[in-house]
Amino acid sequence: MDILNSTIVQLREMLKKKEVSSVELTGYYLDRIGKYNGEILAYLRTTDDHAMEMAREADERISRGEDAPLLGIPLGMKDILCTKGIETTCASNILKGFVPPYDATVIRKLKEAGFVHLGRLNMDEFAMGSSTENSAFQTTANPWDTSRIPGGSSGGSAAAVASGLCVGALGTDTGGSIRQPASLCGVIGMKPTYGRVSRYGLIAFASSLDQIGPFSRTVSDCATMLGVIAGHDPLDSTSIPEPVPDYQSFLGRDIKGQRIGIPGEYFVEGMEEDVRKNYEENLQLLKDQGAELVDVSLPHTRHAVATYYIICTAEASSNLARYDGVKYGLREEGKDIIDMYKKTRFAGFGKEVKRRIILGTYVLSSGYYDAYYRKAGKVRTLIRRDFDAAFASCDLIVTPVSPTTAFKVGERLEDPLTMYLSDIFTIPVNLAGLPGISIPGGFDRKGLPIGLQIIGKPLDEGRMLQAAHVFESVKKMPTIPERYR
Amino acid sequence: MKITRETVEYVAHLARLDLNAGEIDAYTRQIDSILEYMDSLNALDTDGVEPTSHPVPVACVMREDAVRDSFTAEESVSNAPARTDTFFKVPPIIEVE
Repeated sequence: MDILNSTIVQLREMLKKKEVSSVELTGYYLDRIGKYNGEILAYLRTTDDHAMEMAREADERISRGEDAPLLGIPLGMKDILCTKGIETTCASNILKGFVPPYDATVIRKLKEAGFVHLGRLNMDEFAMGSSTENSAFQTTANPWDTSRIPGGSSGGSAAAVASGLCVGALGTDTGGSIRQPASLCGVIGMKPTYGRVSRYGLIAFASSLDQIGPFSRTVSDCATMLGVIAGHDPLDSTSIPEPVPDYQSFLGRDIKGQRIGIPGEYFVEGMEEDVRKNYEENLQLLKDQGAELVDVSLPHTRHAVATYYIICTAEASSNLARYDGVKYGLREEGKDIIDMYKKTRFAGFGKEVKRRIILGTYVLSSGYYDAYYRKAGKVRTLIRRDFDAAFASCDLIVTPVSPTTAFKVGERLEDPLTMYLSDIFTIPVNLAGLPGISIPGGFDRKGLPIGLQIIGKPLDEGRMLQAAHVFESVKKMPTIPERYR
Repeated sequence: MKITRETVEYVAHLARLDLNAGEIDAYTRQIDSILEYMDSLNALDTDGVEPTSHPVPVACVMREDAVRDSFTAEESVSNAPARTDTFFKVPPIIEVE
Protein backbone atom coordinates (compact mmCIF):
# COMPACT_ATOMS: atom_id res chain seq x y z
CA MET A 1 0.00 0.00 0.00
CA ASP A 2 1.55 3.27 -1.14
CA ILE A 3 -0.23 6.01 0.79
CA LEU A 4 2.12 8.79 -0.30
CA ASN A 5 1.65 8.20 -4.04
CA SER A 6 -2.08 7.55 -4.07
CA THR A 7 -4.58 10.09 -5.33
CA ILE A 8 -7.58 11.08 -3.22
CA VAL A 9 -9.78 8.98 -5.50
CA GLN A 10 -7.50 5.95 -4.86
CA LEU A 11 -7.33 6.60 -1.10
CA ARG A 12 -11.12 6.80 -1.01
CA GLU A 13 -11.27 3.36 -2.64
CA MET A 14 -8.83 2.00 -0.06
CA LEU A 15 -10.87 3.52 2.76
CA LYS A 16 -14.10 2.08 1.37
CA LYS A 17 -12.56 -1.39 1.08
CA LYS A 18 -11.24 -1.05 4.68
CA GLU A 19 -7.65 -1.54 3.46
CA VAL A 20 -6.77 1.50 5.53
CA SER A 21 -8.65 3.63 8.07
CA SER A 22 -8.73 7.39 8.29
CA VAL A 23 -7.14 7.12 11.74
CA GLU A 24 -4.21 5.26 10.14
CA LEU A 25 -3.94 7.77 7.29
CA THR A 26 -4.04 10.66 9.74
CA GLY A 27 -1.47 8.99 12.01
CA TYR A 28 0.75 8.42 8.97
CA TYR A 29 0.72 12.11 8.06
CA LEU A 30 1.08 13.35 11.65
CA ASP A 31 4.16 11.09 11.96
CA ARG A 32 5.61 12.56 8.79
CA ILE A 33 4.94 16.07 10.08
CA GLY A 34 6.68 15.15 13.35
CA LYS A 35 9.65 13.87 11.39
CA TYR A 36 10.06 16.60 8.76
CA ASN A 37 8.31 19.79 9.82
CA GLY A 38 11.32 20.76 11.94
CA GLU A 39 13.34 21.33 8.76
CA ILE A 40 10.56 22.43 6.38
CA LEU A 41 8.59 24.62 8.84
CA ALA A 42 5.49 24.35 6.66
CA TYR A 43 3.07 24.02 9.58
CA LEU A 44 2.73 26.77 12.15
CA ARG A 45 0.71 24.46 14.40
CA THR A 46 -0.70 20.98 14.05
CA THR A 47 -4.10 20.16 15.48
CA ASP A 48 -3.37 16.53 16.43
CA ASP A 49 -6.24 15.84 18.84
CA HIS A 50 -8.71 17.59 16.62
CA ALA A 51 -7.37 15.66 13.60
CA MET A 52 -7.66 12.27 15.30
CA GLU A 53 -11.19 13.10 16.43
CA MET A 54 -12.16 14.02 12.86
CA ALA A 55 -10.49 10.84 11.60
CA ARG A 56 -12.44 8.67 14.07
CA GLU A 57 -15.63 10.42 13.01
CA ALA A 58 -14.77 9.79 9.35
CA ASP A 59 -14.17 6.10 10.06
CA GLU A 60 -17.59 5.89 11.71
CA ARG A 61 -19.23 7.55 8.72
CA ILE A 62 -17.40 5.13 6.42
CA SER A 63 -18.51 2.10 8.43
CA ARG A 64 -22.11 3.37 8.17
CA GLY A 65 -21.63 3.15 4.40
CA GLU A 66 -21.49 6.91 3.88
CA ASP A 67 -19.64 8.27 0.85
CA ALA A 68 -18.24 11.77 0.36
CA PRO A 69 -15.38 12.99 -1.85
CA LEU A 70 -12.95 13.73 1.01
CA LEU A 71 -14.25 11.38 3.69
CA GLY A 72 -11.23 10.51 5.84
CA ILE A 73 -8.67 12.50 3.78
CA PRO A 74 -6.08 14.52 5.79
CA LEU A 75 -5.47 18.04 4.47
CA GLY A 76 -3.55 21.12 5.63
CA MET A 77 -5.05 24.62 5.77
CA LYS A 78 -3.42 27.97 5.13
CA ASP A 79 -3.67 29.92 8.39
CA ILE A 80 -5.88 32.56 6.75
CA LEU A 81 -9.08 30.47 6.64
CA CYS A 82 -11.26 30.97 9.71
CA THR A 83 -11.88 27.65 11.42
CA LYS A 84 -14.23 27.38 14.37
CA GLY A 85 -12.39 26.72 17.62
CA ILE A 86 -8.95 26.63 15.93
CA GLU A 87 -6.46 29.48 16.36
CA THR A 88 -6.24 31.41 13.06
CA THR A 89 -3.43 33.99 12.92
CA CYS A 90 -2.75 34.96 9.30
CA ALA A 91 0.89 34.59 10.42
CA SER A 92 0.54 37.95 12.18
CA ASN A 93 1.25 39.01 15.75
CA ILE A 94 -1.87 41.15 15.63
CA LEU A 95 -4.06 38.03 15.36
CA LYS A 96 -2.08 35.78 17.69
CA GLY A 97 -4.52 33.84 19.84
CA PHE A 98 -7.55 34.65 17.65
CA VAL A 99 -10.01 31.75 17.76
CA PRO A 100 -12.81 32.26 15.23
CA PRO A 101 -16.33 31.48 16.44
CA TYR A 102 -17.28 30.31 12.94
CA ASP A 103 -16.09 28.32 9.93
CA ALA A 104 -15.18 29.84 6.57
CA THR A 105 -17.52 28.47 3.90
CA VAL A 106 -14.69 26.39 2.38
CA ILE A 107 -13.98 24.83 5.79
CA ARG A 108 -17.68 24.04 6.23
CA LYS A 109 -17.73 22.41 2.80
CA LEU A 110 -14.58 20.40 3.50
CA LYS A 111 -16.11 19.21 6.77
CA GLU A 112 -19.29 18.13 5.00
CA ALA A 113 -17.10 16.28 2.51
CA GLY A 114 -15.41 14.52 5.45
CA PHE A 115 -11.86 15.93 5.50
CA VAL A 116 -9.43 15.67 8.40
CA HIS A 117 -7.82 18.94 9.52
CA LEU A 118 -4.11 18.29 10.12
CA GLY A 119 -2.97 21.79 10.98
CA ARG A 120 -2.32 25.38 10.04
CA LEU A 121 0.10 26.24 7.27
CA ASN A 122 2.59 29.10 7.24
CA MET A 123 2.25 32.10 4.93
CA ASP A 124 3.43 35.65 4.48
CA GLU A 125 1.68 37.86 7.03
CA PHE A 126 -1.82 38.65 5.74
CA ALA A 127 -0.79 36.93 2.48
CA MET A 128 1.49 39.85 1.57
CA GLY A 129 4.65 38.46 0.05
CA SER A 130 6.21 35.98 -2.34
CA SER A 131 8.46 33.95 -0.03
CA THR A 132 6.90 33.38 3.47
CA GLU A 133 9.73 35.55 4.80
CA ASN A 134 7.07 38.04 5.92
CA SER A 135 5.52 35.52 8.32
CA ALA A 136 5.72 36.84 11.88
CA PHE A 137 6.61 33.36 13.10
CA GLN A 138 8.87 31.41 10.71
CA THR A 139 10.24 31.16 7.18
CA THR A 140 9.28 27.94 5.41
CA ALA A 141 11.99 26.07 3.50
CA ASN A 142 11.72 24.85 -0.07
CA PRO A 143 11.78 21.02 0.09
CA TRP A 144 13.92 20.87 -3.09
CA ASP A 145 16.64 23.03 -1.49
CA THR A 146 16.10 24.08 2.09
CA SER A 147 18.38 27.15 1.73
CA ARG A 148 15.76 28.59 -0.64
CA ILE A 149 12.31 30.06 -0.16
CA PRO A 150 9.20 28.04 -1.12
CA GLY A 151 7.48 31.02 -2.72
CA GLY A 152 4.52 32.81 -1.24
CA SER A 153 2.31 33.80 0.14
CA SER A 154 0.93 30.23 0.42
CA GLY A 155 4.47 28.85 0.85
CA GLY A 156 3.52 26.62 3.78
CA SER A 157 0.78 24.96 1.71
CA ALA A 158 3.11 24.35 -1.25
CA ALA A 159 6.00 23.05 0.87
CA ALA A 160 3.73 20.76 2.91
CA VAL A 161 2.32 19.17 -0.23
CA ALA A 162 5.77 18.91 -1.86
CA SER A 163 7.32 17.19 1.17
CA GLY A 164 4.36 14.85 1.65
CA LEU A 165 3.13 16.38 4.91
CA CYS A 166 -0.53 16.20 3.79
CA VAL A 167 -2.47 14.80 0.84
CA GLY A 168 -3.45 18.28 -0.28
CA ALA A 169 -3.93 21.77 1.08
CA LEU A 170 -5.82 24.97 0.54
CA GLY A 171 -4.18 28.30 -0.13
CA THR A 172 -5.23 31.72 -1.34
CA ASP A 173 -4.13 33.71 -4.37
CA THR A 174 -4.33 37.49 -4.71
CA GLY A 175 -1.53 38.10 -7.22
CA GLY A 176 -0.04 34.62 -7.59
CA SER A 177 0.07 33.38 -4.00
CA ILE A 178 -1.06 29.85 -4.98
CA ARG A 179 0.53 29.48 -8.41
CA GLN A 180 3.99 30.93 -7.66
CA PRO A 181 4.72 28.72 -4.59
CA ALA A 182 3.24 25.70 -6.43
CA SER A 183 5.67 26.43 -9.28
CA LEU A 184 8.67 26.93 -6.98
CA CYS A 185 7.88 23.75 -4.99
CA GLY A 186 7.02 21.58 -8.00
CA VAL A 187 3.39 20.83 -7.14
CA ILE A 188 -0.02 21.69 -8.57
CA GLY A 189 -1.82 24.84 -7.47
CA MET A 190 -4.96 26.38 -8.88
CA LYS A 191 -6.50 29.80 -8.55
CA PRO A 192 -10.12 29.38 -9.65
CA THR A 193 -12.16 32.05 -11.42
CA TYR A 194 -12.90 35.02 -9.16
CA GLY A 195 -16.27 34.17 -7.60
CA ARG A 196 -16.05 30.40 -8.23
CA VAL A 197 -15.20 29.77 -4.55
CA SER A 198 -16.79 31.65 -1.65
CA ARG A 199 -14.50 34.01 0.24
CA TYR A 200 -16.67 34.04 3.37
CA GLY A 201 -14.33 33.46 6.33
CA LEU A 202 -11.20 34.12 4.29
CA ILE A 203 -9.36 36.88 6.13
CA ALA A 204 -9.42 39.65 3.54
CA PHE A 205 -6.31 41.15 1.93
CA ALA A 206 -7.56 42.62 -1.38
CA SER A 207 -11.21 41.72 -1.83
CA SER A 208 -11.50 42.25 -5.59
CA LEU A 209 -8.53 39.91 -6.18
CA ASP A 210 -8.48 37.25 -3.40
CA GLN A 211 -9.50 33.72 -4.29
CA ILE A 212 -9.16 30.37 -2.47
CA GLY A 213 -7.81 27.30 -4.28
CA PRO A 214 -6.28 23.84 -3.88
CA PHE A 215 -2.69 22.52 -3.78
CA SER A 216 -2.02 18.90 -4.70
CA ARG A 217 0.48 16.45 -6.15
CA THR A 218 -1.88 15.27 -8.92
CA VAL A 219 -4.32 16.96 -11.26
CA SER A 220 -6.96 14.47 -10.15
CA ASP A 221 -6.69 15.67 -6.53
CA CYS A 222 -6.92 19.28 -7.67
CA ALA A 223 -10.16 18.39 -9.47
CA THR A 224 -11.51 16.60 -6.39
CA MET A 225 -10.81 19.46 -3.99
CA LEU A 226 -12.05 22.14 -6.40
CA GLY A 227 -15.30 20.23 -6.82
CA VAL A 228 -15.83 20.32 -3.05
CA ILE A 229 -15.03 23.99 -2.40
CA ALA A 230 -16.58 25.57 -5.53
CA GLY A 231 -20.09 26.94 -5.76
CA HIS A 232 -22.37 29.84 -4.94
CA ASP A 233 -22.66 31.00 -1.34
CA PRO A 234 -25.31 33.43 -0.10
CA LEU A 235 -22.72 34.66 2.44
CA ASP A 236 -20.45 35.94 -0.36
CA SER A 237 -22.32 38.19 -2.77
CA THR A 238 -19.45 38.02 -5.26
CA SER A 239 -19.71 34.24 -5.58
CA ILE A 240 -21.09 33.17 -8.95
CA PRO A 241 -24.48 31.40 -9.03
CA GLU A 242 -23.47 28.80 -11.62
CA PRO A 243 -23.64 25.03 -11.10
CA VAL A 244 -20.36 23.23 -10.35
CA PRO A 245 -19.40 20.69 -13.05
CA ASP A 246 -17.98 17.25 -12.27
CA TYR A 247 -14.32 18.19 -12.71
CA GLN A 248 -13.17 14.55 -12.69
CA SER A 249 -15.14 14.03 -15.90
CA PHE A 250 -12.66 16.26 -17.78
CA LEU A 251 -9.69 14.02 -16.95
CA GLY A 252 -8.60 11.50 -19.55
CA ARG A 253 -9.89 13.51 -22.52
CA ASP A 254 -7.31 14.50 -25.15
CA ILE A 255 -6.51 18.05 -26.23
CA LYS A 256 -6.60 17.55 -29.99
CA GLY A 257 -7.65 20.74 -31.70
CA GLN A 258 -7.54 22.86 -28.53
CA ARG A 259 -6.14 26.26 -29.43
CA ILE A 260 -3.43 27.37 -27.01
CA GLY A 261 -2.52 31.06 -26.98
CA ILE A 262 1.13 32.10 -26.56
CA PRO A 263 1.46 35.75 -25.51
CA GLY A 264 4.59 37.29 -27.03
CA GLU A 265 4.73 39.87 -24.22
CA TYR A 266 5.53 37.12 -21.70
CA PHE A 267 9.05 36.60 -23.08
CA VAL A 268 10.30 39.25 -20.66
CA GLU A 269 13.72 40.52 -19.83
CA GLY A 270 14.91 38.87 -16.63
CA MET A 271 13.42 35.48 -17.45
CA GLU A 272 16.00 32.83 -16.63
CA GLU A 273 17.39 30.91 -19.60
CA ASP A 274 16.37 27.54 -18.12
CA VAL A 275 12.83 28.79 -17.52
CA ARG A 276 12.52 29.97 -21.10
CA LYS A 277 13.92 26.73 -22.54
CA ASN A 278 11.61 24.65 -20.39
CA TYR A 279 8.62 26.75 -21.44
CA GLU A 280 9.43 26.24 -25.11
CA GLU A 281 9.86 22.48 -24.61
CA ASN A 282 6.53 22.27 -22.85
CA LEU A 283 4.75 24.19 -25.61
CA GLN A 284 6.16 21.63 -28.05
CA LEU A 285 4.82 18.83 -25.83
CA LEU A 286 1.33 20.32 -25.95
CA LYS A 287 1.61 20.65 -29.71
CA ASP A 288 2.70 17.01 -29.99
CA GLN A 289 -0.45 16.10 -28.08
CA GLY A 290 -2.55 17.71 -30.78
CA ALA A 291 -3.03 21.24 -29.47
CA GLU A 292 -2.81 24.08 -31.94
CA LEU A 293 -0.44 26.86 -30.85
CA VAL A 294 -1.67 30.38 -31.63
CA ASP A 295 0.19 33.66 -31.18
CA VAL A 296 -1.80 36.10 -29.06
CA SER A 297 -1.06 39.57 -27.74
CA LEU A 298 -1.57 40.95 -24.23
CA PRO A 299 -0.18 44.44 -24.88
CA HIS A 300 -0.79 45.91 -21.40
CA THR A 301 1.14 43.16 -19.57
CA ARG A 302 4.00 45.48 -18.62
CA HIS A 303 1.59 47.75 -16.74
CA ALA A 304 0.09 44.92 -14.66
CA VAL A 305 2.47 45.07 -11.70
CA ALA A 306 2.02 48.81 -11.12
CA THR A 307 -1.75 48.47 -11.51
CA TYR A 308 -1.87 45.55 -9.13
CA TYR A 309 0.17 47.18 -6.37
CA ILE A 310 -2.02 50.28 -6.42
CA ILE A 311 -5.24 48.27 -6.23
CA CYS A 312 -4.12 45.64 -3.74
CA THR A 313 -2.51 48.09 -1.32
CA ALA A 314 -5.55 50.38 -1.47
CA GLU A 315 -7.90 47.50 -0.69
CA ALA A 316 -5.52 46.18 1.98
CA SER A 317 -5.29 49.53 3.77
CA SER A 318 -9.07 49.54 4.00
CA ASN A 319 -9.47 45.85 4.95
CA LEU A 320 -6.79 46.03 7.63
CA ALA A 321 -8.42 49.01 9.34
CA ARG A 322 -10.38 46.45 11.38
CA TYR A 323 -7.30 45.53 13.44
CA ASP A 324 -7.64 48.19 16.07
CA GLY A 325 -7.21 46.39 19.39
CA VAL A 326 -10.94 46.44 20.15
CA LYS A 327 -12.70 43.39 18.70
CA TYR A 328 -9.99 40.73 18.60
CA GLY A 329 -6.27 40.17 18.60
CA LEU A 330 -3.55 42.29 20.12
CA ARG A 331 -4.05 45.47 22.16
CA GLU A 332 -1.33 47.85 23.32
CA GLU A 333 -2.49 50.40 25.88
CA GLY A 334 -2.35 54.09 24.94
CA LYS A 335 -3.21 57.41 26.52
CA ASP A 336 -6.48 57.65 24.57
CA ILE A 337 -8.27 55.57 21.99
CA ILE A 338 -6.38 56.96 18.96
CA ASP A 339 -3.08 56.38 20.71
CA MET A 340 -4.21 52.84 21.57
CA TYR A 341 -5.01 52.18 17.87
CA LYS A 342 -1.64 53.50 16.75
CA LYS A 343 0.41 51.61 19.31
CA THR A 344 -1.52 48.38 18.72
CA ARG A 345 -1.01 48.55 14.96
CA PHE A 346 2.65 49.56 15.37
CA ALA A 347 3.32 46.52 17.59
CA GLY A 348 1.09 44.06 15.75
CA PHE A 349 1.92 44.48 12.06
CA GLY A 350 5.16 43.45 10.35
CA LYS A 351 7.32 45.46 7.96
CA GLU A 352 5.68 44.53 4.66
CA VAL A 353 2.14 44.93 5.99
CA LYS A 354 2.96 48.42 7.28
CA ARG A 355 4.60 49.32 3.97
CA ARG A 356 1.45 48.31 2.10
CA ILE A 357 -0.88 50.09 4.51
CA ILE A 358 1.11 53.30 4.03
CA LEU A 359 1.21 52.93 0.24
CA GLY A 360 -2.49 52.00 0.06
CA THR A 361 -3.54 54.87 2.31
CA TYR A 362 -1.45 57.24 0.19
CA VAL A 363 -2.97 56.20 -3.16
CA LEU A 364 -6.47 56.59 -1.68
CA SER A 365 -5.79 59.91 0.02
CA SER A 366 -7.32 63.14 -1.09
CA GLY A 367 -5.44 64.62 -4.06
CA TYR A 368 -3.87 61.32 -5.15
CA TYR A 369 -6.97 59.16 -5.61
CA ASP A 370 -7.51 60.04 -9.27
CA ALA A 371 -3.84 59.86 -10.20
CA TYR A 372 -3.32 56.42 -8.71
CA TYR A 373 -6.39 54.46 -7.66
CA ARG A 374 -8.75 55.61 -10.39
CA LYS A 375 -6.02 55.38 -13.03
CA ALA A 376 -5.21 51.82 -11.93
CA GLY A 377 -8.88 50.86 -12.22
CA LYS A 378 -8.88 52.10 -15.81
CA VAL A 379 -5.71 50.22 -16.71
CA ARG A 380 -7.29 47.15 -15.11
CA THR A 381 -10.07 47.49 -17.69
CA LEU A 382 -7.47 47.55 -20.48
CA ILE A 383 -5.82 44.41 -19.08
CA ARG A 384 -9.19 42.63 -18.94
CA ARG A 385 -9.88 43.65 -22.54
CA ASP A 386 -6.49 42.22 -23.59
CA PHE A 387 -7.58 38.82 -22.31
CA ASP A 388 -11.04 39.10 -23.88
CA ALA A 389 -9.42 39.82 -27.25
CA ALA A 390 -6.86 37.02 -26.86
CA PHE A 391 -9.52 34.47 -25.92
CA ALA A 392 -11.40 35.27 -29.12
CA SER A 393 -8.74 33.26 -30.95
CA CYS A 394 -7.76 30.60 -28.39
CA ASP A 395 -9.24 28.29 -25.73
CA LEU A 396 -6.39 28.42 -23.19
CA ILE A 397 -3.33 30.60 -22.68
CA VAL A 398 -0.09 28.94 -21.58
CA THR A 399 2.75 30.90 -19.96
CA PRO A 400 5.53 30.45 -17.40
CA VAL A 401 4.50 31.00 -13.76
CA SER A 402 7.56 32.83 -12.49
CA PRO A 403 10.50 34.30 -14.44
CA THR A 404 12.92 32.57 -12.06
CA THR A 405 13.12 29.42 -9.95
CA ALA A 406 13.25 29.55 -6.13
CA PHE A 407 15.63 32.19 -4.79
CA LYS A 408 17.75 32.08 -1.63
CA VAL A 409 16.32 33.04 1.75
CA GLY A 410 17.06 36.74 2.34
CA GLU A 411 18.02 37.47 -1.26
CA ARG A 412 15.20 39.91 -2.11
CA LEU A 413 14.10 40.99 1.33
CA GLU A 414 15.45 44.55 1.21
CA ASP A 415 14.27 45.22 -2.32
CA PRO A 416 10.45 45.19 -2.37
CA LEU A 417 10.16 46.34 -5.99
CA THR A 418 12.21 43.38 -7.31
CA MET A 419 10.11 41.06 -5.16
CA TYR A 420 6.94 42.63 -6.63
CA LEU A 421 8.21 42.35 -10.21
CA SER A 422 8.65 38.59 -9.89
CA ASP A 423 4.83 38.25 -9.98
CA ILE A 424 4.58 39.57 -13.54
CA PHE A 425 3.07 36.35 -15.03
CA THR A 426 0.51 35.70 -12.33
CA ILE A 427 -0.81 39.18 -11.48
CA PRO A 428 -2.65 39.87 -14.78
CA VAL A 429 -4.77 36.75 -14.20
CA ASN A 430 -6.05 38.11 -10.87
CA LEU A 431 -6.68 41.56 -12.32
CA ALA A 432 -8.87 39.94 -14.99
CA GLY A 433 -10.52 37.53 -12.52
CA LEU A 434 -9.53 34.50 -14.62
CA PRO A 435 -8.68 30.97 -13.48
CA GLY A 436 -5.04 29.86 -13.64
CA ILE A 437 -3.25 26.66 -12.69
CA SER A 438 0.44 25.96 -12.12
CA ILE A 439 1.64 22.46 -12.95
CA PRO A 440 5.15 21.00 -12.62
CA GLY A 441 6.93 21.53 -15.95
CA GLY A 442 10.52 20.53 -15.32
CA PHE A 443 13.70 21.41 -13.43
CA ASP A 444 16.45 23.95 -13.99
CA ARG A 445 20.15 22.98 -14.00
CA LYS A 446 20.24 23.37 -10.19
CA GLY A 447 17.46 20.81 -9.83
CA LEU A 448 14.84 23.39 -8.85
CA PRO A 449 11.25 23.01 -10.09
CA ILE A 450 9.85 25.12 -12.93
CA GLY A 451 6.08 25.50 -13.25
CA LEU A 452 3.86 25.92 -16.29
CA GLN A 453 0.79 28.13 -16.08
CA ILE A 454 -2.46 27.37 -17.92
CA ILE A 455 -4.94 30.26 -17.96
CA GLY A 456 -8.59 29.72 -18.86
CA LYS A 457 -11.68 31.71 -19.70
CA PRO A 458 -13.97 32.53 -16.76
CA LEU A 459 -15.42 29.31 -15.26
CA ASP A 460 -13.46 27.14 -17.72
CA GLU A 461 -11.54 25.26 -14.98
CA GLY A 462 -12.65 21.94 -16.50
CA ARG A 463 -10.80 22.55 -19.76
CA MET A 464 -7.70 23.69 -17.83
CA LEU A 465 -7.74 20.49 -15.78
CA GLN A 466 -8.19 18.48 -18.99
CA ALA A 467 -5.04 20.04 -20.53
CA ALA A 468 -3.14 19.83 -17.23
CA HIS A 469 -4.00 16.14 -16.97
CA VAL A 470 -2.77 15.40 -20.50
CA PHE A 471 0.45 17.28 -19.71
CA GLU A 472 0.90 15.44 -16.40
CA SER A 473 0.32 12.03 -18.01
CA VAL A 474 3.00 12.62 -20.65
CA LYS A 475 5.51 14.51 -18.52
CA LYS A 476 5.39 12.23 -15.43
CA MET A 477 7.13 14.67 -13.10
CA PRO A 478 8.21 13.66 -9.59
CA THR A 479 6.43 15.96 -7.12
CA ILE A 480 8.26 14.92 -3.93
CA PRO A 481 12.06 15.35 -3.58
CA GLU A 482 13.93 12.08 -3.00
CA ARG A 483 14.68 12.85 0.64
CA TYR A 484 10.97 12.90 1.50
CA ARG A 485 9.76 9.97 -0.64
CA MET B 1 11.34 62.91 -4.76
CA LYS B 2 7.71 61.87 -5.10
CA ILE B 3 7.20 61.62 -1.37
CA THR B 4 8.72 63.16 1.76
CA ARG B 5 9.16 61.99 5.35
CA GLU B 6 6.39 64.39 6.36
CA THR B 7 3.98 62.79 3.88
CA VAL B 8 4.77 59.33 5.22
CA GLU B 9 4.17 60.57 8.77
CA TYR B 10 0.89 62.21 7.75
CA VAL B 11 -0.33 59.10 5.89
CA ALA B 12 0.66 56.93 8.88
CA HIS B 13 -1.50 59.17 11.06
CA LEU B 14 -4.42 58.73 8.64
CA ALA B 15 -3.89 54.96 8.85
CA ARG B 16 -3.71 55.13 12.67
CA LEU B 17 -0.28 53.57 12.61
CA ASP B 18 2.74 54.58 14.68
CA LEU B 19 6.09 54.26 12.93
CA ASN B 20 9.58 54.57 14.39
CA ALA B 21 12.23 56.80 12.81
CA GLY B 22 13.90 53.91 11.01
CA GLU B 23 10.61 52.81 9.48
CA ILE B 24 9.79 56.34 8.33
CA ASP B 25 13.19 56.59 6.60
CA ALA B 26 12.92 53.18 4.96
CA TYR B 27 9.32 53.64 3.83
CA THR B 28 10.01 57.11 2.45
CA ARG B 29 12.83 55.73 0.33
CA GLN B 30 11.05 52.54 -0.76
CA ILE B 31 7.65 54.06 -1.43
CA ASP B 32 9.31 56.84 -3.39
CA SER B 33 10.81 54.32 -5.82
CA ILE B 34 7.58 52.31 -5.96
CA LEU B 35 5.56 55.44 -6.78
CA GLU B 36 8.05 56.40 -9.43
CA TYR B 37 7.56 52.96 -10.97
CA MET B 38 3.76 53.37 -10.73
CA ASP B 39 3.96 56.65 -12.62
CA SER B 40 4.65 54.59 -15.75
CA LEU B 41 0.86 54.22 -15.94
CA ASN B 42 0.61 57.90 -16.84
CA ALA B 43 2.04 57.08 -20.27
CA LEU B 44 -1.19 55.23 -21.07
CA ASP B 45 -4.12 57.05 -22.61
CA THR B 46 -7.15 55.97 -20.58
CA ASP B 47 -9.57 58.74 -21.59
CA GLY B 48 -13.08 57.38 -21.79
CA VAL B 49 -12.12 54.03 -20.22
CA GLU B 50 -14.42 52.95 -17.39
CA PRO B 51 -12.46 51.78 -14.32
CA THR B 52 -12.89 48.15 -13.23
CA SER B 53 -13.58 47.82 -9.53
CA HIS B 54 -14.61 44.20 -9.80
CA PRO B 55 -13.47 41.53 -12.26
CA VAL B 56 -16.87 39.85 -12.48
CA PRO B 57 -19.78 42.21 -12.93
CA VAL B 58 -22.35 41.44 -10.24
CA ALA B 59 -25.70 43.19 -10.14
CA CYS B 60 -27.31 44.12 -6.86
CA VAL B 61 -27.62 40.83 -4.99
CA MET B 62 -30.87 40.36 -3.06
CA ARG B 63 -31.90 37.77 -0.53
CA GLU B 64 -35.06 37.07 1.36
CA ASP B 65 -35.45 39.10 4.54
CA ALA B 66 -35.74 36.06 6.77
CA VAL B 67 -34.80 35.50 10.41
CA ARG B 68 -31.77 33.24 10.80
CA ASP B 69 -29.26 32.29 13.45
CA SER B 70 -26.38 34.64 14.13
CA PHE B 71 -23.58 34.86 16.68
CA THR B 72 -24.56 35.11 20.31
CA ALA B 73 -23.34 38.15 22.21
CA GLU B 74 -20.89 35.90 24.04
CA GLU B 75 -19.45 34.56 20.76
CA SER B 76 -19.18 38.09 19.38
CA VAL B 77 -16.96 39.31 22.20
CA SER B 78 -15.15 36.01 22.75
CA ASN B 79 -11.91 37.36 21.25
CA ALA B 80 -12.03 40.87 22.72
CA PRO B 81 -8.75 41.93 24.35
CA ALA B 82 -10.77 43.80 27.00
CA ARG B 83 -14.45 43.39 27.87
CA THR B 84 -17.08 43.89 30.53
CA ASP B 85 -19.83 41.28 30.35
CA THR B 86 -20.74 41.17 26.68
CA PHE B 87 -19.40 44.64 25.87
CA PHE B 88 -16.15 45.63 24.20
CA LYS B 89 -14.14 47.80 26.56
CA VAL B 90 -12.14 50.73 25.13
CA PRO B 91 -10.16 53.64 26.58
CA PRO B 92 -12.18 56.83 27.26
CA ILE B 93 -13.19 58.64 24.08
CA ILE B 94 -14.82 61.70 25.68
CA GLU B 95 -13.32 62.89 28.95
CA VAL B 96 -15.85 63.99 31.55
CA GLU B 97 -14.68 66.72 33.93
